[in-house]
Amino acid sequence: MHADTDILFRDSASKALLDPQLRANFRRAMDGLMAKRKAQFPDPQDLQELRELSTAIRSRSLLNLPTLLEQLETNLTRNGIQVHWAETCDEANQLILGLLQARGAKTLVKGKSMVSEEMHLNAFLEAHGIEALESDLGEYIIQLDDETPSHIIMPAIHKNKDQIARQFSQKIKDAKYTEDVDELTAMARKVLRQKFLDADAGISGVNFAVAETGTLCLVENEGNGRMSTHVPPLHIAVMGLEKVVANLEEVAPLYAILTRSATGQAVSTYFNLITGPRGEGELDGPQEVHLVILDNGRSRIYADPQLQATLRCIRCGACMNHCPVYTRVGGHAYEAVYPGPIGKILTPQMEGVGVRHDLLHGSSLCGACSEVCPVQIPIPDIIVRLRREATHTDATSSVMGKGSGRTNTEDWAWRIWAGVLKRPALYRLATWFATRFGRALPGSAPLLKHWTAHRTKPVPAKRSLSERMRAEGGPHV
Amino acid sequence: MKKVYFYGTCLVDLFFPDAGMAGIQLLRQAGLEVVFPEGQTCCGQPAYNCGYWEEARAVARAQVALFPDDLPVILPSGSCAGMMKVHYPELFHGEPDESQVRAFSGRVYELTQFLVDVLHVQLKDLGAPVKVTWHSSCHALRDLGLKVEPQSLLGQLENVEVAPLAREYECCGFGGTFSVRQPEISGAMVCDKSADAEATGASVLLSTDGGCLLNVNGALEAKQSQLRVQHIAEFLWERTHAR
Repeated sequence: MHADTDILFRDSASKALLDPQLRANFRRAMDGLMAKRKAQFPDPQDLQELRELSTAIRSRSLLNLPTLLEQLETNLTRNGIQVHWAETCDEANQLILGLLQARGAKTLVKGKSMVSEEMHLNAFLEAHGIEALESDLGEYIIQLDDETPSHIIMPAIHKNKDQIARQFSQKIKDAKYTEDVDELTAMARKVLRQKFLDADAGISGVNFAVAETGTLCLVENEGNGRMSTHVPPLHIAVMGLEKVVANLEEVAPLYAILTRSATGQAVSTYFNLITGPRGEGELDGPQEVHLVILDNGRSRIYADPQLQATLRCIRCGACMNHCPVYTRVGGHAYEAVYPGPIGKILTPQMEGVGVRHDLLHGSSLCGACSEVCPVQIPIPDIIVRLRREATHTDATSSVMGKGSGRTNTEDWAWRIWAGVLKRPALYRLATWFATRFGRALPGSAPLLKHWTAHRTKPVPAKRSLSERMRAEGGPHV
Repeated sequence: MKKVYFYGTCLVDLFFPDAGMAGIQLLRQAGLEVVFPEGQTCCGQPAYNCGYWEEARAVARAQVALFPDDLPVILPSGSCAGMMKVHYPELFHGEPDESQVRAFSGRVYELTQFLVDVLHVQLKDLGAPVKVTWHSSCHALRDLGLKVEPQSLLGQLENVEVAPLAREYECCGFGGTFSVRQPEISGAMVCDKSADAEATGASVLLSTDGGCLLNVNGALEAKQSQLRVQHIAEFLWERTHAR
């Protein structure tokens, strides 16, 4: 857990805003992603129908979550995939370490997995002498610089081509400097190919786990997911417990809306359906397949009828691509595994609403996120609800850290605010003062100085609308 | 003559009374009697958004009580109309007066929405040629779904050219308390918005929300821009009434 001062979104965001290269990289990338998504949904009605279907599928999965998870376990086990349950990240890490150590695994390759980021798995394994190499190109790039993902789909989106060219020439052995994207990709490919062949184990995430058939679905563009899950003798998949869907029919619309929302692709280059280890007489595939199902606060989120919508998320990243705040400050400013709008509601629920109160206020509530969300998560409503939870201790609430973001100053401010605004006579007096003397207020006054850093001081009118209507007389009730 | 209520909103009351007056005049011009109940203050949105729901409810309750008759309630603001129409039912969920509040919310309209969808007004442009640009406020757009109404009113004015604003649907960075709780991000957003607005070559930026107007105006004034901002009600009234 971080100290309060380490995670103030405002401070990190302010620093990010001072980096013109970073801002340009994000603006360009997000503008491109928004345009590509838009091109995939030419008909607003078709889009809305697909969103409603996807929302219904995810809601129904959550409604039947306990049953579906049991069914999933039964069918995965029947297919030869061993299922493990972990309540905390630490439990999940220990489980994976145990599986690796039992087989003497020293090196592993990873397909992209945000849940493994949530677990800080790489650092944990490294501390136990196991090398975990990221094989997704973006993840590989940030791993070279010891960074965390700045986007859940495009982890290295904060870097541009020139920055990657410099980085590769410095960090990859015998690499020459080039800005040619194909050559850069080929360099990474060369390193990774050998690692796939040498690795003792592969780790991947899961996009959808199908209960009826016991199938793990993995969406990817580079083939590294398939290599990580098929080449090494041991494959361990990790997923959050919300990833389950009832049957394969339900996967089709979710897949269709996932790739379109995420990267503006009608389909991804690869779509893997993993149904078990190498069978008898088969020439490839791992000898063992395991699935680790992680809770890490999800059951608590699940218990609240409104907040449960958070778990509908299919991790497409469209909310961050369209967020005016994310676009300007980038993913690292959030100091969280999941950045952007979905991170703003997920992180405080996982780490505590008081601890990440500042993140909750890093939103103008513009609603661009929920407008594009493929499963219609009401992100602004949930932000408002969590702001409530952070400052109040409602008896029925099961939110972690409820009330811990409350301050006397804010409490009193709202009490005074309501005290004035529910009494028309006091409001009238306040506006009378504001209209007569408001312009004399110095721009350096508390709160106002935040406004005037980028703007002129707001000047009240000479007479308020109410005052003018009173002067007009007539039927004002 | 048909009657409607007018709810000024606190930002219009204090900063844009001309826009409020213009909104009332537009409704009168359409043949309505406008009732402006004395004692209106604020819709309660700032406290609601910050999680202080008891305080928000106390203020909201005082507003609802001012509009007892079954008449439309017209607001010159997408954001406050969104609060009263969409968020009041959530705020009062499970409260003893929920049904009264819901009935009230059902009568709430944003001004341009009412002019277009209910009154079907026909405007006659009496003004000189001018180029304007339009900023969609987030809550008008996403709480109320007002995508075409304001533009269709501007489209009726034959001497008005509406220059498209780049990233029209992106937030200006106001966000109420957001502008002072996250001043750096809010500042970056409004600087970008004002630059996009200036790039249109328009002489006026129009919007239906006092918050956005206050915010963008402040940024434009700070850089001594030639571009000015105006509430759409004031603009429509100026161009359509015979002086």
